Amino acid sequence: MIETTGQAPEAEGLVLTRLREQFGGALLEVKVWRYETTVLLAPQDLVRVCRYLRDHPDLTFDFLSSVTGVDRLKLPENSPRFEVVYHVYSLQHKRRLRLKVRVADDEGVPSVTGVWEGANWHEREVFDLFGVPFEGHPNLCRILMPDDWEGHPLRKDYPLEASPKWWEEEPA
Amino acid sequence: MTAARTMTLNLGPQHPSTHGVLRLVLELDGEVVIRCEPHIGYLHTGIEKGLESKRYQQGIPLTDRLDYLAPLSNNLVHVLAIEKALGIEVPERAQTIRVLMTELTRIKSHLVWLGTHAMDVGAMSVFLYCFREREQILDMYEAVSGQRLMSSYFRVGGLVADLPMGFEGQVQAFLATFPARLEEYEALLTQNPLWRQRTVGIGTIRATDAIAMGVSGPSLRACGVAYDVRRAAPYSGYERYQFDVPVGKVGDVYDRYTVRMAEMRQSHRIAAQALQHLSPGPINVADPKLIPPPRKLLKTSMEALIHHFKLYSEGFSVPAGEVYQAIESPKGELGVYLVSDGSNRPYRVHYRAPSFANLQALPRMVEGRLLADVIAVIGSLDIVLGEIDR
Repeated sequence: MIETTGQAPEAEGLVLTRLREQFGGALLEVKVWRYETTVLLAPQDLVRVCRYLRDHPDLTFDFLSSVTGVDRLKLPENSPRFEVVYHVYSLQHKRRLRLKVRVADDEGVPSVTGVWEGANWHEREVFDLFGVPFEGHPNLCRILMPDDWEGHPLRKDYPLEASPKWWEEEPA
Repeated sequence: MTAARTMTLNLGPQHPSTHGVLRLVLELDGEVVIRCEPHIGYLHTGIEKGLESKRYQQGIPLTDRLDYLAPLSNNLVHVLAIEKALGIEVPERAQTIRVLMTELTRIKSHLVWLGTHAMDVGAMSVFLYCFREREQILDMYEAVSGQRLMSSYFRVGGLVADLPMGFEGQVQAFLATFPARLEEYEALLTQNPLWRQRTVGIGTIRATDAIAMGVSGPSLRACGVAYDVRRAAPYSGYERYQFDVPVGKVGDVYDRYTVRMAEMRQSHRIAAQALQHLSPGPINVADPKLIPPPRKLLKTSMEALIHHFKLYSEGFSVPAGEVYQAIESPKGELGVYLVSDGSNRPYRVHYRAPSFANLQALPRMVEGRLLADVIAVIGSLDIVLGEIDR
């Protein structure tokens, strides 16, 4: 009924088949909803899976659309708390794939800047707005908020309207 | 004596040629840029955070403010993502109107790019001509939605209203004159030796680098990569339209110029086809849970009154799950990642803004080049800080 995002079901099958052959148990969870495939990985497997996805001639996921985060605090199942989501695309095969890793509040995620250079700013944004650190990132600092900002605005326990402490005027 | 060889220069955030509030920290050796570090965030308005607290329909006006030069592209990707999560498809007439309006939006956005880019590089008059044609498209925006800039014309499940009387004639009049106007701009620039000196061979980026950096849209196609979401993963019925995907060769400022000029011709072509395809029919899905009932029914139908009340007090819920929807905005791949927890408000919305990824490639294009070229390269990337900072 609704358009697919340019991927036939059998083509999705190929990606999953290749991934299962190569990594088997590293694929913690595979979901297909609305013709979109999501693969959940453990943080330590992320970089090698990404490199394989980019380099295998049947897959060639060479284009990283985005990296973003989700704070699962208010979802029914919320442990570990954060989810880092990667949308990758293959220009040649016209296929899209979503990868995810889950980490707790104080845990880091390995950076994929070594696989896709463009991950740099996206990961900085996730660090800035969610406070998820990326290990091995070349320049992990805030990107949208000021450098001296306290807190991470897209966390679910961060107030929508700023509490007074951010707007206190300096004593004259 | 050891004098410092380099100087650090702050370009922006209050500099007219940074197209908004972009700040570049440039390390210069004489006039040569050694290092370029973009600083963004001056226009951060927390749109993604704000969307989490709004019901699905309420979020649409916020999306206008992302890429404020192409508000209908933002509307489109937002409603498409929600429609995908709901599992609905809008009627053909609504799809055709969406295609028509977003292609006019592409022309409008490219006209602002051309005018400001040419002005940055020193060609003042192009700006005035471009804004003359843009005005006609703004008039069409006003005709369909009552708003010239932030139109919020699309709705989940269709459109806010059908096209007004005489609108097709208005579009036809524009389409009839536009190709000649494009030739006027090209006469001013394409073979102009000053223009070519400022753009040919400037800000070059290789296709492999551009792909690795996530560059999309005309800036990627200028490198010779024919990636266009309208072709790669058609939405809103784009598979029914005849159009070419123009590409460049070397990926310099001049190629980005020629690609966008050719794209305006293709958008013209698509808009003309959309006008032909336009056939009478419903503009909204027939689902009273999504679309408010006609006003006159409220006085006679109890159910219509209930639906009306529920829709405006509670909105509608979207099944729990997650979707990613991409479209080809005038700037490149504009994507929305939507996470629903099954309630009437999105749990998380993320915008994959094309300008964000494109700007990231700027240092690669300007390092080792002259300071004056930085201005030409920023113009050629066609960034909008509204969607970069969100």
